[in-house]
Amino acid sequence: MGKTLAEKILAAKLKHDARAGDIVIAKVDLVFVQDSSGPLTIRQFQELGFHNIAKPRTSLIFLDHAAPSPVRQLSNDHIFLRQFARATGCFISDVGDGVCHQLVAERFAKPGDIIVGADSHTITAGAFAAFATGMGSSDIAVALALGKTWFRVPETFSINLSGRFPKGVYAKDLILYLIGQIGADGATYKALEFGGEALAHMTMPQRLTIANMAVETGAKVGLFPSDEMTQEFLTTQGRGDSYKPLYPDTNAAYERAISLNLSELEPMVSFPHTVDNVLPTSKARGIKIQQVFIGTCTNGRLEDLAVASSILQGRKKHPDTRLLIAPASRQVFIQAMKLGYIQSLADAGAVILPPGCAACLGLHQGVLGDGEACLSTANRNFKGRMGNPEAMVYLASPATAAASAVIGEITDPREIM
Amino acid sequence: MSDIRLKGKAIKLGDNISTDLIIPGRFAHLRSNLPELAKHVLEDTIPAFTSRVKPGDLLVAGKNFGLGSSREHAPIVLKMSGVSAILAQSTARIFFRNAINQGMPVLLCDTDKISDGDELELDLIGGVVLNLTAGIKLSCSRIPPLMSTILEEGGLIPYIQKHKDFVIESPISSTLTGED
Repeated sequence: MGKTLAEKILAAKLKHDARAGDIVIAKVDLVFVQDSSGPLTIRQFQELGFHNIAKPRTSLIFLDHAAPSPVRQLSNDHIFLRQFARATGCFISDVGDGVCHQLVAERFAKPGDIIVGADSHTITAGAFAAFATGMGSSDIAVALALGKTWFRVPETFSINLSGRFPKGVYAKDLILYLIGQIGADGATYKALEFGGEALAHMTMPQRLTIANMAVETGAKVGLFPSDEMTQEFLTTQGRGDSYKPLYPDTNAAYERAISLNLSELEPMVSFPHTVDNVLPTSKARGIKIQQVFIGTCTNGRLEDLAVASSILQGRKKHPDTRLLIAPASRQVFIQAMKLGYIQSLADAGAVILPPGCAACLGLHQGVLGDGEACLSTANRNFKGRMGNPEAMVYLASPATAAASAVIGEITDPREIM
Repeated sequence: MSDIRLKGKAIKLGDNISTDLIIPGRFAHLRSNLPELAKHVLEDTIPAFTSRVKPGDLLVAGKNFGLGSSREHAPIVLKMSGVSAILAQSTARIFFRNAINQGMPVLLCDTDKISDGDELELDLIGGVVLNLTAGIKLSCSRIPPLMSTILEEGGLIPYIQKHKDFVIESPISSTLTGED
């Protein structure tokens, strides 16, 4: 019997076979924390009694969730993390560099890697055929100390993608639709493995959006094969030598198979307060929104800002709607400036936020007021997520977000594109 | 985990209680001050939860408890509030692992058979929940190997302090289909 991508990646790192259901100890290629999970992780690491990080060069600390810090306590957390990085020699990405998952994609993730991070959206790097998964602080503290962790090898759902996206429909719509189909716990613990002829046209930014939200089905990893698109992206990032092709075996065993034809999809919206509460954008028509937020590890990439800027160019945001834009990284921000996207967005009335997580998790930079609604390109809309349990968060693509910012209510982008 | 039998009163919650609901992101500035952070546990779900919960109480949830963010502060503040174990129909993957890593027992069973305020007795080794109020017995799915050892030894940090490494005959072929 052949292997799924998950089995293949894990088995390649072990001295023995890896089959769904096995519990294995594996060395990790990359371990990271961010400023929300990092302080606890580091204190637990210190409690373990280990003095050195097993692999400091591939142990990363990102200051992105509160960047720049809005409050004294978080500023002190940042000091603690910087001091730890200096003392142990691990890599630190400071305020303004961007969101950890985007930086992992730009600079670190390689096909075949095992990547663990103290952040649930670590799963994003599955776009590179990396076994990337989020864990809590204790697990990451141990991974920092030992350079390894334990896994139960997951069973896999195969997601076969065919066709091309119609106009106005994007990777975000695909993953929202899929989450609606599978449900918020429908793939708990499983691997989602994406394949099919549509991948020939699916860029890395699109794959990153999809892999990022695989966790919203409960999945442990969301994996794409490593192919020409992966190679092209790595080469563009100056990391072409880290490319290797990686595919599942043709006779791998899958627990479930799902097929999706991209050409049949339409713009989708996730309604409050669970991500799987997904409906076509037409069902959200007329819902007034006080804030639009375009950014995050889901949809803050250059391609996302390009789409938003193409819709907003020459237009103004609705006077009753705030428009917040946070590029996912400094690289994205600089490229978006050079290409004029930032100019068009600012001209349309957008507030440009620093690269980072920004308003996504309710800390700062766009906390909602009582009774307000936000249309966000992020990945979560749980009650209280954006800092106020009395607010509503809707999730959609950057195109839907941009169109909605113009109209002031949730709008199908095809109506104004 | 000092006791293998726990007795307590059920505090009932619904489905899809996210880690954002357990401990909202807006309190991230208190994450390095756990006693202060713990004052806000579940406050968006059960008003005045911290004044209601008594040491030894059992949190009884529906489906997909602990979905979302990987913040381990969620099981930590639940533990600090006095909750001695979590019962649910299902839990999210990261939360399950985090709770066990904190030495917090998590039992998966048919929690529809438990009402708010019911007196429960848990047999953690046998995987059995006795609903003393309703007079019924519920069986729970077993905690996977390795995780059960980590739980018995009080969590992952004490486990690694003791063994200095993971101690398993690698690989264990697991017959379980539940959480990792």
